[in-house]
Amino acid sequence: MMRTEVLVIGAGPAGIAAATAAAANGREVILLDDNPAPGGQIWRESIAHANGVGMKQRALDLLRRSGAQILPGHSVFAADASGTVQTLQETSIATRVDEFRFEKLILATGARERFLPFPGWTLPGVLGAGGLQALVRSGYSIVGKRVIVAGTGPLLLAVAAHLAEDGAVVAGVLEQAPLGQMLPFAMSLLSDPAKLMQGAGYRRKLWKTPYRTGSWIVEAIAGNDGRSLAAVRITDGARTWSEPCDLLACGYHLIPNTQIAELLGCQLRGSFVEVDASQRTSLENVFCAGEPTGIAGLEAALVQGEIAGLACAGRPTAALRQRGAAARAFGVRMEKAFALRKELRSLPRADTIVCRCEDVAFGDLQHRTGWTDAKLQTRCGMGPCQGRVCGPAVEHLLGWRPVSVRQPLSPVPLEALCLQGETADIGHND
Amino acid sequence: MPDFISVTINGTPNRVARGTSIAAAMLLAAQPNRISITGQPRSALCGMGICFECSAVVNGTPHRRTCQIQCEPDMTVETDR
Repeated sequence: MMRTEVLVIGAGPAGIAAATAAAANGREVILLDDNPAPGGQIWRESIAHANGVGMKQRALDLLRRSGAQILPGHSVFAADASGTVQTLQETSIATRVDEFRFEKLILATGARERFLPFPGWTLPGVLGAGGLQALVRSGYSIVGKRVIVAGTGPLLLAVAAHLAEDGAVVAGVLEQAPLGQMLPFAMSLLSDPAKLMQGAGYRRKLWKTPYRTGSWIVEAIAGNDGRSLAAVRITDGARTWSEPCDLLACGYHLIPNTQIAELLGCQLRGSFVEVDASQRTSLENVFCAGEPTGIAGLEAALVQGEIAGLACAGRPTAALRQRGAAARAFGVRMEKAFALRKELRSLPRADTIVCRCEDVAFGDLQHRTGWTDAKLQTRCGMGPCQGRVCGPAVEHLLGWRPVSVRQPLSPVPLEALCLQGETADIGHND
Repeated sequence: MPDFISVTINGTPNRVARGTSIAAAMLLAAQPNRISITGQPRSALCGMGICFECSAVVNGTPHRRTCQIQCEPDMTVETDR
């Protein structure tokens, strides 16, 4: 068991900023992260080429100098507000459960992609947009592969530009939002030259690639083997056509990771964790920063993380609050720009899988009364991902709000749980 | 330049750059990570350890999230059935 004054969960930009601010102001800090290295999704390391761009490198340097202890590869599966968190470490040869005790907790758990079911979306070759990018960064070569990028949100253009840089033939970028819905957001970028230049830069890298707004994927089609992707069907509402491709990278913007906050009993506002101006949640000793408090991107994460870290260290945060509010407003404009169109609700057929863990089809869910009924009758949302994928999909398709969150938040091998604090050899665990 | 290591995927040796995740290696080898409960082949979806679609058998242990584990020399990986 390890004790610390401040425990930070999540080493993306928000968690890094929070841990740095708290540690640099004299607090003892442990920073936990599920991934093999700090940086989160946006600053994920690439094995092929250094992508330690200025901002990331500066943030990591400051973090290392702050004295915070960084523990990657620790996946939080249990937490309670009285001050304990349990983590699981999994390597290729062993698993291990550890317990941490904290005085103050900062949740910087980030966001995940929203996936919406359509016929064929379970075929190998169909990935998330951020998902494909993460796999490319971890060594999947896509040189010469024909890729379609689809879904919604500002991530699509960024992913498409990066995939093109890595050698893919990006055959098209399909944004479901109609142009008119995106215009106010696009116009607001005029007052933010950095973001505008970033967008223009992505577009320049994709000058040969068609970018279609108001268009979406209706079906992914398997090749002759029936086991991998060969083409997609695309519609703009009026016309539907096919496009051959090797890979489809499809994600519908982001969903906040609020499981730990919910487990602790933090108050939510809509889908997000409610925080005050110092990022404090409804619980006195629990703070939250970044995407779980509202999807607003990198800048918001950095400033909110810093505010949370300073607040935990008892330092004033007033000077940062205006920047925090501006970043949040950007997030609200973005949410409106990329609101999901209703046609996406009618994509699944009766036999389209919705819950990928338990292979529950849309037809098995349509006539259920809600989550409890669906779980009891079909096991929807009860597999290893614990509804992280099908939960947001079902909410969009059927309007069911998620029910309770329970620990363990993800599967934990029994022998690791029994040997808490010791390393369990997993060579003989069947 | 990255150096290369060998991992065995469903019985066939594959050369991958050091640092490659197992999920990426399985995509390169065009092998599904797992077979779903109704028999469908599945591969990585989220790439960030959340969806469990990339679960595979690593050195004999089933249900490992292969997007979160890097390949190591002489590792054996199999489709989770």
